[in-house]
Amino acid sequence: MQKFSALSLLRAGLTGHAGWQRQWRSPEPKSGYDVIIVGGGGHGLATAYYLASRYGVKNVAVLEKGWIGGGNTGRNTTIIRSNYLFDESAGIYEHALKLWEGLSQELNYNVMYSPRGVLMLAHNIHDVQSFKRHVHANRLNGIDNEWLSPEECKEFCPPLNVGGSMRYPILGGALQRRGGTARHDAVAWGYARAADALGVDIIENCEVTGIRRAPTGEVVGVDTTRGSINAKRIGVVAAGNTSTVMNMAGVRLPLESFPLQALVSEPVKPIFPCVVMSNTIHAYISQSDKGEMVIGAGTDVYTSYTQRGGLHIVNHTLDAICELVPAFRRLRMLRNWGGIVDVTPDRSPIVAKTPVSGLYVNCGWGTGGFKATPGSGEVFASTIAKDEPNKINAPFTIERFRDGAVIDEAAAAAVAH
Amino acid sequence: MTGTYRVRRGDVAESRNAVHFTFDGKSYQGLAGDTLASALIANGVHLVGRSFKYHRPRGFVSAGSEEPNALVGVGATQSRYTPNLLATQVEIYDGLVAESQNRWPSLETDAGFLNEYFSAFLPAGFYYKTFMWPRTAWKKLYEPVIRRMAGLGKAPAEPDADRYTQVFAHCDVLIVGAGPAGLAAALEASNSDATVILCDEQAEMGGSLLSDRSASIDGMQAADWARAALDELRKRPNVKLMSRTTAFGWYPHNFVGLNERVTDHLSNPATNQPRERLWQVRAKEVVLAAGAIERPLVFTDNDRPGIMLAGAARTYVNRYGVVPGKQVVVFTACDSAYRAALDLKAAGARIQVIVDLRKSVSGYWVDKARAEGIKVRSDSIVRGTSGWLRVKSAQISNAQGGDAETVACDLILMSGGFTPSVHLFSQSRGKLSYSEELRAYVPGESVERERSVGACKGLFALESVIESGAKGGRDAAAKAGFPPHGERSYAVSAQSVGADAFIGSVMTDHQAEKRAWVDFQNDVTAKDVRLATREGFRSIEHVKRYTTTGMATDQGKLSNMNALGVVSKQIDVAVPKVGLTTFRPPYTPTTFGSFAGQSRGDLFDPVRKTSIHAWAEAQGARFEDVGVWKRAWYFPQVGEDMHAAVARECKATRESVGIFDASTLGKIEIVGKDAAEFMNRMYTNAWTKLEPGRLRYGVMLREDGFIMDDGVVGRMATDRFHVTTTTGGAARVLSMMEDYLQTEWPDLEVWLTSTTEQWSVIALQGPNARKVLEPLVDGIDLSADAMPHMSVREGRICGVPTRLFRVSFTGELGFEVNVPAGYGRAVWEAIFAAGKPYGITPYGTETMHVLRAEKGYIIVGQETDGTVTPDDAGLGWAVGKAKRDFVGKRSLSRPALVREDRKQLVGLLTTDPKVVLEEGAQIVLDPTHPIPVPMIGHITSSYWSATLNRSIALALVRGGRSRMGEELSIPMPDGVIKAKVVDSILFDPKGERLNA
Repeated sequence: MQKFSALSLLRAGLTGHAGWQRQWRSPEPKSGYDVIIVGGGGHGLATAYYLASRYGVKNVAVLEKGWIGGGNTGRNTTIIRSNYLFDESAGIYEHALKLWEGLSQELNYNVMYSPRGVLMLAHNIHDVQSFKRHVHANRLNGIDNEWLSPEECKEFCPPLNVGGSMRYPILGGALQRRGGTARHDAVAWGYARAADALGVDIIENCEVTGIRRAPTGEVVGVDTTRGSINAKRIGVVAAGNTSTVMNMAGVRLPLESFPLQALVSEPVKPIFPCVVMSNTIHAYISQSDKGEMVIGAGTDVYTSYTQRGGLHIVNHTLDAICELVPAFRRLRMLRNWGGIVDVTPDRSPIVAKTPVSGLYVNCGWGTGGFKATPGSGEVFASTIAKDEPNKINAPFTIERFRDGAVIDEAAAAAVAH
Repeated sequence: MTGTYRVRRGDVAESRNAVHFTFDGKSYQGLAGDTLASALIANGVHLVGRSFKYHRPRGFVSAGSEEPNALVGVGATQSRYTPNLLATQVEIYDGLVAESQNRWPSLETDAGFLNEYFSAFLPAGFYYKTFMWPRTAWKKLYEPVIRRMAGLGKAPAEPDADRYTQVFAHCDVLIVGAGPAGLAAALEASNSDATVILCDEQAEMGGSLLSDRSASIDGMQAADWARAALDELRKRPNVKLMSRTTAFGWYPHNFVGLNERVTDHLSNPATNQPRERLWQVRAKEVVLAAGAIERPLVFTDNDRPGIMLAGAARTYVNRYGVVPGKQVVVFTACDSAYRAALDLKAAGARIQVIVDLRKSVSGYWVDKARAEGIKVRSDSIVRGTSGWLRVKSAQISNAQGGDAETVACDLILMSGGFTPSVHLFSQSRGKLSYSEELRAYVPGESVERERSVGACKGLFALESVIESGAKGGRDAAAKAGFPPHGERSYAVSAQSVGADAFIGSVMTDHQAEKRAWVDFQNDVTAKDVRLATREGFRSIEHVKRYTTTGMATDQGKLSNMNALGVVSKQIDVAVPKVGLTTFRPPYTPTTFGSFAGQSRGDLFDPVRKTSIHAWAEAQGARFEDVGVWKRAWYFPQVGEDMHAAVARECKATRESVGIFDASTLGKIEIVGKDAAEFMNRMYTNAWTKLEPGRLRYGVMLREDGFIMDDGVVGRMATDRFHVTTTTGGAARVLSMMEDYLQTEWPDLEVWLTSTTEQWSVIALQGPNARKVLEPLVDGIDLSADAMPHMSVREGRICGVPTRLFRVSFTGELGFEVNVPAGYGRAVWEAIFAAGKPYGITPYGTETMHVLRAEKGYIIVGQETDGTVTPDDAGLGWAVGKAKRDFVGKRSLSRPALVREDRKQLVGLLTTDPKVVLEEGAQIVLDPTHPIPVPMIGHITSSYWSATLNRSIALALVRGGRSRMGEELSIPMPDGVIKAKVVDSILFDPKGERLNA
């Protein structure tokens, strides 16, 4: 792998950048691999990278039906935080956050992890109680999260409408200073480049059309639009399409798929210093390095596989944003898009073995998967390599929905991920 | 005529008023009808902006909404300042204040231009390769610097002073675009009984006809025909014309979003006018007549001020009466630029040379140019330009290379042909197909009820444009159910400009090191695009994201096709195989405020108030938001804080009588022969044996076995229940009930009616409650024997019909008086007056919370959090074990829900009775345990109890009921608090008071 650095950039600049190599190859699929990862999003590419880098499994292919990072990895609002309530969630998201902190260096790719702080606003007494519960639980779990008064919220994020005429005034907020954002595309590309350098085959434009199983039940490979490929272990990480892919192996999962929309404004000079989330009035916002306000909200109401949503959701998202920052009313929406999120009954993910031998699934991250990308990939790689869950993802089984050991953050706090 | 670049506009004899405005602090004069761009051009100003990355000087490329360079900030005050507006769209008015952006200290001398010197080291995606060391420097050093360099305009510093409104509309035929195709479509579609909306983004409708001096229709000059057609349309009652209105987004099922700009062009708008209106239109049929956008040519240094699309120059001359330059070089791959050159020549400009990429050129326009003495060079390119703040010359050579000739100029016109505007068609999920002939994507198969007509369909000859528009209009009206009354014909006289086009970069192989801009605003050059492909970014989506081409505020209107062309050539893959980035709304940037509409302040969400609200307000109550309701929180008297007020309210209620407005509770009337069976299925409790006249506390679960809602239910008759829900849960409980009733049990004869707003509910609680109420009630015996705790009677109070509940959420003798909401305030006041001798005290939700906590009553959402079962909450008794089924029953027997160490509701008493625990605080066994500390529960409710003269708390604790008497720790940042586990009922455990 060509080393990226200021020096290499300088050197290349003097020679017209002629020497840069492909960041990842474009190999033809081999007849078989030790492990096939279905889905070339951030989670799938991270899984492949950690399989190769940490768990010694290098004969790996990532199969992507389109272009890598083209699903929710390239569509989300890039919020990173780990201040979750329950121990299980805190465990997996904090695992991810720790990996984010060193990810650019580990991958030798600037993923622009920016711990600008994530401020979650409280608008009623219930919110205050709920957020304080988070703050206390996080403190005992060693996760930074602090309660800010309305005045402290204003000081941390000056554009906020504190003390104004809001229908639901800001009563305070929970701030995770280590939370922030990262450059979503770079995460996919960085993992792809690093995995490729370790021998992983990243195969784009290769849609899985079937999962082949032996008469004894275990998986033996996949059928794809580019032919059949053998593998004894298959990890499915195909957010937005998990149900359809798992159905190919006869596995039904408790998932519903909803459109989730996001939008950006035209770029403006720096004005918004952090990430602000407001679940009560349904909106979140941050400013990208380029200057765009990156804005999102909750999912559309109806299940769908079309990667777009309704205009009324945009209206309600932006009325909330304009309430939070009335000076943004004259900014303009540049682009609005949708992705499809797979949602489990408790809105927590499934990262687990499945009833089918050799088949593993990583899904159900709902609206909050991006922040988990490194942690999710790392524990999923461990699970596939060792054929047993890692301690961190052990609670995130499929069976919990049968047994009732749910991890219901959203119900607990009415908090979107 | 003002300014040296003013000419007579078209053939129109006219007088236009002078308009005064400022740009970057300097005063200018324009004419009414000018855009900021045409007015500046009239004054010889071409330098209007700086590019995003290299801060290169930039001028006008276009005359419309596709403009990438001429972005300005407009507004004299911060409360009306708008960044990033297009000078090509801003209409001038007297007093307009505009400024350039993204430059410091000035537009002419911009320090950001230093980037230009380092441009060799700042290729596409350079930031992914560096700024990684040391680890913390990204956030502290690199990112802040990059952020300051990035961004375009400045966001306004003050809240927006303007208003926005929203309108919903239906029509039979919506026509997007009022150029020749759209006008013809409107004339035909409205020649029927169909209702027609015709919208256009521009101030004046007519589209390309307004810039056309050579064509004629029905014997009229094109622009005159357009105006005549509009006059005709204006007279038709079934037509609505909407100028300054952009169809920005297509949503499923012919739902189209329109943004109408109402006041931005006015010097003194009426105060009752909104700034913009968002129209949400459901159209039976849509005609897309969105036109086409001229494509720039990608040649070396093609970004200097004074390098402009040929069609734009033609618009400036013919429509606005300004010449953008006097010495003109034209660089083209199609005939339309010849037509533009001739129009400029007619306006007095000198055409130095027309440089044509094509090997051989011929046809009407070429011949005409030659006949007028214009030099034409075929098979040639502009291979470079010079000039800093304005282009000075062009270097011209053969297309393959060779010696270059330098030609002086102050304007270079370019044209690579036209790209049909398929944005809305694509948003409707219609399939695009690539036309090799047009080198562009054109609409293929439709998915929704729409059709594309005219240039957006790939038709460029005026005759066929009008013909397709007319046909599309007739077709749309007919499909909507309104066959047109007839057909008209159009006598079009226009010389075709053909459909030649070029895609990609025109540079020769020897020019690989030179920079030719593909995306002007984002500073993406052909070299950047090629670098991306070398680095393995081959999907056009990857190229876009890596280079940022097509991600500027024009969203690739000018750049996408050329980027595709460069990629296609570089990796030797046909254009359609390279792919196409997705078209997304909005077509052009659209104001946040228009999406938000009237939804601001108190209109953000409906404010629901009870009929007693005003009384509480007059008493000085403080309110809290519960769902959309305003609820009286506490009633402070002079000098009291919340703590003192609540202590007083509690004491008064326990000692005599308190009065509380419970009207916000959700209420559902459940009626029908199967009402009891329905209740049995929805609630955990058994209802069959509940006799009419009795109340029961009901618990409702979700399918997963966790508590969803609770409330007291009265059986009014064998087939009638009066159900109450929590305040916040009313809507979702009714939805869930309807969902089950309609989808799972349609066989049940049950009807559900929300009665939340029909009943006012007055809770009267305390030992003297009966004494206060008795004199006011008719026909109900309130004695303990006749009306025991948990019963309901119907009768009259103060002469008003009532459903009188004997029920208590305080542990005291209590009643809840339900009266029709219209009488709520009067009955409340009568009760309050009757209670005066007993010192009746109004109390709010906070006191209600304290009183119920003393009794261990739960509040759904506080003691429960979606993970609590009835047994966890100490409500196992409310689950009808013998019942065959109810929602959530099966889940209750899941292994994790029957574990003995589940978190259970208990009381907690702090060792120090003065210490009030914090709600949400976590409970541990060993506070000295290193982090992470195992947590066994949390405080759900915590208050100072005036009654018990100490603090009290409720908590969910792992295995809590088997820990009675155990001392637990609550570690806080400033020390550990100790508390003892006790029963959750802390006051009157035997219930003697409420049964009194």
